[in-house]
Amino acid sequence: MKRLGLDIGSTTIKCVVLGEQNEILFSSYERHMSRIAEMTAVYLRRITEQTGEQNMHVTISGSAGMGLAEALEIPFAQEVYSTRAAVTKLNPGTDVVIELGGEDAKILFLTGGFEARMNGSCAGGTGAFIDQMATLIGVSPDEMNRLAGNADKIYTIASRCGVFAKSDIQPLLNQGAGFPNIAASILKAVVNQTVGGLAQGREIAGNVLYLGGPLTYLDKLRDSFDETLKLKGVCPEHALYYVAYGAAMQCDSRVFSLTELAERAEAYTASGSYMTTQPLFASQADYDAFCARHKANSSHVRYIDQPHGDMYLGIDAGSTTIKAAVTDADGNILDTIYQSNKGNPVPVIRDYLLHLYKTYPGIQIAGSAVTGYGEDIIREAFGIDCGIVETIAHYTAAQKFKPDVDFIIDIGGQDIKCFRIHNHAIDNIFLNEACSSGCGSFLQTFAEAMHYSIADFAKLGLFADQPVDLGSRCTVFMNSSVKQAQKDGASVENISAGLSMSVVKNALYKVIRCANASELGKNIVVQGGTFLNDAVLRAFELELNQEVIRPEISGIMGAYGAALYAQKRSTGQSTVLNAEQLRDFTHTVKTITCKGCNNNCSLTVNSFGGTHTFIAGNRCDRPLKLKTQPAAYNLYEEKRQLLMKYRKNEIKAGQPTVGIPLALNIYELLPFWHTLLTALGFNVIVSPDSTRKLYLSGQHTIPSDTICFPAKLLHGHIEALLAESPDMIFYPCMSYNVNEGAGDNHYNCPVVAYYPEVANINIKALKEVKYLHDFVGIHNRRAFPAKFREILRQYGYSFTQKQMKAAADASYKEYESYMDAVRRKAEEFLVVAKKENRPVIVLAGRPYHIDPEVNHGLDKLICGLGAVVITEDSIACRVDPFRTTVLNQWTYHARLYLAARYVAESLPEEQINLVQFVSFGCGVDAVTTDEVRSILEKAGKIYTQLKIDEVTNAGAAKIRLRSLFAAAGYDAGKKES
Amino acid sequence: MATNELYPEFTPEMKKTHTILIPNALPVHFSLMGSVFRDAGYKVAFLDYSGQKVIDTGLKYVHNDACYPAIVVIGQLIYAIESGDYDPKTTALMLYQTGGGCRASNYVHMLRKALKKAGLEYVPVVSVNFGGIEKNSGFDISPLMFLKGLITWLYGDYIMLLRNQVVPYENSKGDAAAIMEKWRVKLTDQIRENKGLTMRKIKQNFRAIADDFAAVPVTRTVKPKVGIVGELYVKYADFGNDHLPDFLVEQGAEVMVPGILGFAMYSLNIVRENHRLYGDRKGVTFSRVSVWYVERLEKVMLGVLKDYPQFEKPIPFPKLKALGEETISSGVCMGEGWLLTAEMSELIEKGYGNIVCVQPFGCLPNHIVGKGMIRGMNEKYKDANICAIDYDPGATRVNQQNRIKLMLSLAKEKLTES
Repeated sequence: MKRLGLDIGSTTIKCVVLGEQNEILFSSYERHMSRIAEMTAVYLRRITEQTGEQNMHVTISGSAGMGLAEALEIPFAQEVYSTRAAVTKLNPGTDVVIELGGEDAKILFLTGGFEARMNGSCAGGTGAFIDQMATLIGVSPDEMNRLAGNADKIYTIASRCGVFAKSDIQPLLNQGAGFPNIAASILKAVVNQTVGGLAQGREIAGNVLYLGGPLTYLDKLRDSFDETLKLKGVCPEHALYYVAYGAAMQCDSRVFSLTELAERAEAYTASGSYMTTQPLFASQADYDAFCARHKANSSHVRYIDQPHGDMYLGIDAGSTTIKAAVTDADGNILDTIYQSNKGNPVPVIRDYLLHLYKTYPGIQIAGSAVTGYGEDIIREAFGIDCGIVETIAHYTAAQKFKPDVDFIIDIGGQDIKCFRIHNHAIDNIFLNEACSSGCGSFLQTFAEAMHYSIADFAKLGLFADQPVDLGSRCTVFMNSSVKQAQKDGASVENISAGLSMSVVKNALYKVIRCANASELGKNIVVQGGTFLNDAVLRAFELELNQEVIRPEISGIMGAYGAALYAQKRSTGQSTVLNAEQLRDFTHTVKTITCKGCNNNCSLTVNSFGGTHTFIAGNRCDRPLKLKTQPAAYNLYEEKRQLLMKYRKNEIKAGQPTVGIPLALNIYELLPFWHTLLTALGFNVIVSPDSTRKLYLSGQHTIPSDTICFPAKLLHGHIEALLAESPDMIFYPCMSYNVNEGAGDNHYNCPVVAYYPEVANINIKALKEVKYLHDFVGIHNRRAFPAKFREILRQYGYSFTQKQMKAAADASYKEYESYMDAVRRKAEEFLVVAKKENRPVIVLAGRPYHIDPEVNHGLDKLICGLGAVVITEDSIACRVDPFRTTVLNQWTYHARLYLAARYVAESLPEEQINLVQFVSFGCGVDAVTTDEVRSILEKAGKIYTQLKIDEVTNAGAAKIRLRSLFAAAGYDAGKKES
Repeated sequence: MATNELYPEFTPEMKKTHTILIPNALPVHFSLMGSVFRDAGYKVAFLDYSGQKVIDTGLKYVHNDACYPAIVVIGQLIYAIESGDYDPKTTALMLYQTGGGCRASNYVHMLRKALKKAGLEYVPVVSVNFGGIEKNSGFDISPLMFLKGLITWLYGDYIMLLRNQVVPYENSKGDAAAIMEKWRVKLTDQIRENKGLTMRKIKQNFRAIADDFAAVPVTRTVKPKVGIVGELYVKYADFGNDHLPDFLVEQGAEVMVPGILGFAMYSLNIVRENHRLYGDRKGVTFSRVSVWYVERLEKVMLGVLKDYPQFEKPIPFPKLKALGEETISSGVCMGEGWLLTAEMSELIEKGYGNIVCVQPFGCLPNHIVGKGMIRGMNEKYKDANICAIDYDPGATRVNQQNRIKLMLSLAKEKLTES
């Protein structure tokens, strides 16, 4: 009897029919467009037709097949297990299998202890990721593969999740980095994600097999894997069918009639059982009334046919789209565009300007302004009069439609921006973190996956009867929720409506985190391209239970606001390039690596017609104007300098050498440990500065892919130390931190406290050296010397109690003097700030946030905006401990609350604000951020948060910071002038 | 530093007027514990609300990056009031507070913030903790209550242990559940009358319970044996882990879930570790005495089980600690700390080498003691077959079950090989 294996994956359905000798008699592969049960029925009938057999043994496998298998009462085989069965049969001797699918990524270690690694809550590094990225740069995956063949440079693209990668790619596109390099970098990101995220400590070596769609079709992806793994993997024949093959092999003795199964599958389609939510519209009449109401709100802004008098140009160079508007002195609109920036905004704007001059020959442009991610490059390229931070642009536009607007929410391609307006000033800003986009581009990707345009897809949901309740989660999780809904038989209409609601819920509950609608405001203006979809707009009103204003030009509000701003700032004649100048306009791009400092930024140098250039990708002003750099007052830099004293790595002959990894809490305790160990007669070597390379060198031993980046970096530092072969590596566990008496307790967070144990178990090479990772308690000064003496004795180093006591005393003293130096520096900077009338930013994080690889040079960026930067630990001592509304039990975090209180109590003329660094994945910060925010807001201060990870998204951080400066009423750096 | 300007206290008068709501995490343990509270004069109710509406309530009022258990239990507590089932004027809420370095110690504060957001800031929150982090004049755990509480946990563990070993094999579905219910009622009555608390009586009860379970007609087939370790709430609560033990049994496995007494001893022992490692002295005597007492209780259980060789029994706490030490120091004392790693070793050595390690997404201690130690387990035991499952409001059953099924496929393969 023949055996049928069906592999129902997240995007495709595959089948294999096996004969008696395990030979493949029939195989087929197709996208199922989420119509799983229907497609399965079609397949089953086709198989009967083609093979002429009615009865077979059947097994279903695949990530989307579980529900169907249950419903049809067909045996189910787990897909990894199926792959393994097939590989064991077809490719004996294989050591490792790398299998990428639509939304799955897997590594199977077959030899030396079977282990399977699957991507979990993260869809990074999968086919869906590749599709999404290809869409982003406007090519097909095949073209992307071809482009990657011509690459000469690889950029760092965050490999964790599609949303992060996107925020990395976007600036590259905006800066004009070449497509081949971006394509190759995307493929490399997939490789890094697979190797880093999944291999988790196990080496990929020996005979490697590549399976699944992306690896079958994209040879450059295979090459990229080969290059990273330093081996030559094989993509076998039938690489697409291994799961189906393995499933067929696992068939039991039960026999099924395929026709009957097909009938059952068809019946299954009809049964819908999933969580539902209310329909968007009950009737067509409902919908009509809704449309009429929104139309009326925009009736006062007219469209005009011809320019008259002074006209103003506003451009919004957004992350994925370019918007522009030309207005007259009354704010009426002459012309607009809204289109994809195709990864490079420059030619789009050039074409648009040419179009303007051609269509309206006599047009008199009296002012121009640009906003958005691409602000700098567009301004430089086309001589735009002024730049304006996005938030201000949107507010200016919204006022035109609702003068007393008190809340604006803008959902664009990949950003959600919300701001609350109080006393005609923006007093609170919410931007979505890189992890919670779930906005326009998600809807788009999903629409495209189902072969619809985004507008059509959203429309499908308007009259859906039982929208799927998908909840509020980030894009990646939503992907799986949709998968689940499809499994449960939800129609495309109901999924569409559900997604519209999720976008809204995400914005409300994840970004703004409001508990009820009245919190937002009374006069709400919604805008951004995503709200052009009536389904999203309706979902928003339903969720808020309140009517809102959506201007008809919802999609171009940023550009419209820029135009209004241009009018305000107009001097009568714009400097924007005229038709003649545009004819000679050329744009070339070159990439270089900046050697200004050890950030080693990848710079893209854009030249325009050979006359002027624009450099992008920099995190500080160093490469731009090396000579005219203003004095920077950056306590982050000062701290790094202060630590250099302990990093000389002097080796005296005849003394044992101890290596200390410069990561996590060592960033603060280095003065202590260095002094202690040196006093005891050890040579101390400290690991080098963190770099990308150093991180990658330790990546293969990271056991948890969702842990914070500073912890991940530790692995690289240990590797660097091991390379120096010291006599001992020193990295002690510490449940408790120093007790500064500022809270209820003085713990370290669990990761800082116990990471030495993780290193011990996961970094094999540590077994070969002395690795001191014992528990020490420097909080107990009285007991410490004896305890530490005993620990060292166990490693073969004996000291007298007297020696130890003296060394410990010196260490406590050194630590104090280091902390004092930091505090004194802050004092000095505060005086300077006052004298020079500069704003002060308390950049509040934790000691390890001074690592440039962790903070991505954002400290320098803030200095570049003209502010004086000080740290949380430098001013915490200036405030008396107070009772917080959270359990205040971690030493580092207690400083955050004190620093916030200090800022809250500062005088307005001191211009002090706080910006909090938050490491992605830091569970403790879920507690601290709300508390810091509430301390600041109670005093009427603005709370600003910068979430940092592997990813470098200086652009988003910049918007946030400039908005803060603008909202706080400071001269927002030189850019605004 | 506790002062009471910051939150409404549970006052002595409230003992008469207010019902204390407690999110249910361990059905057997908690129902017994309920009678301890009631005997002491408190009105209590355990909440079993579940489903998306509860999670949504949690998401609405709790920082979305907070741990899943916080979102779930705070969701349950506020849902209880918002649904109209409980009058906020006569309701108090209770949460457990460990006081350790894990952020779970902050649930109480998160709950208060959530109540404020919901306009319910006057509802008192009672923190149950051993560290004296917070005090409520009206709610006090007397030594007798503490003792009785521990004993209910012991009974709970014992019943759960035996039930789990009978359910997968029983000939007639529901036999084990009936015994469980019978004893739940019987023990509740005993505890109300302050019976069943002496070592002698406990021993007697234990024998009777074991006899009952041993008498269930079973067919012992060979099934894959699966252990569950993880963060406390998702490890035990049906709502937290989406009925994981039931799912595993349905899939043809036998399940072992290490008891909560281990966690009690681990928690009580932390102060001793602080003394050993850092020379900190606070609370050492209480810690010594309490650990000694709970160990004695455990010994009673182990002593009885000696006579029932058909049932697997836990290894005694000191041995468990030593076993853990082979991989991770017992100085790791936040969250579930070294105990979680030690339980993995214990399970594997007892033949439950297939392990589901459950944790809320982004759980800090689990990065260390769960995921961080799996590599060590795999190196130490060739029979280890561990899968880590994250729980999160956004996590879908499909993904979780798929991973568990892989683990089970491998487990079954191992069974066939041997």
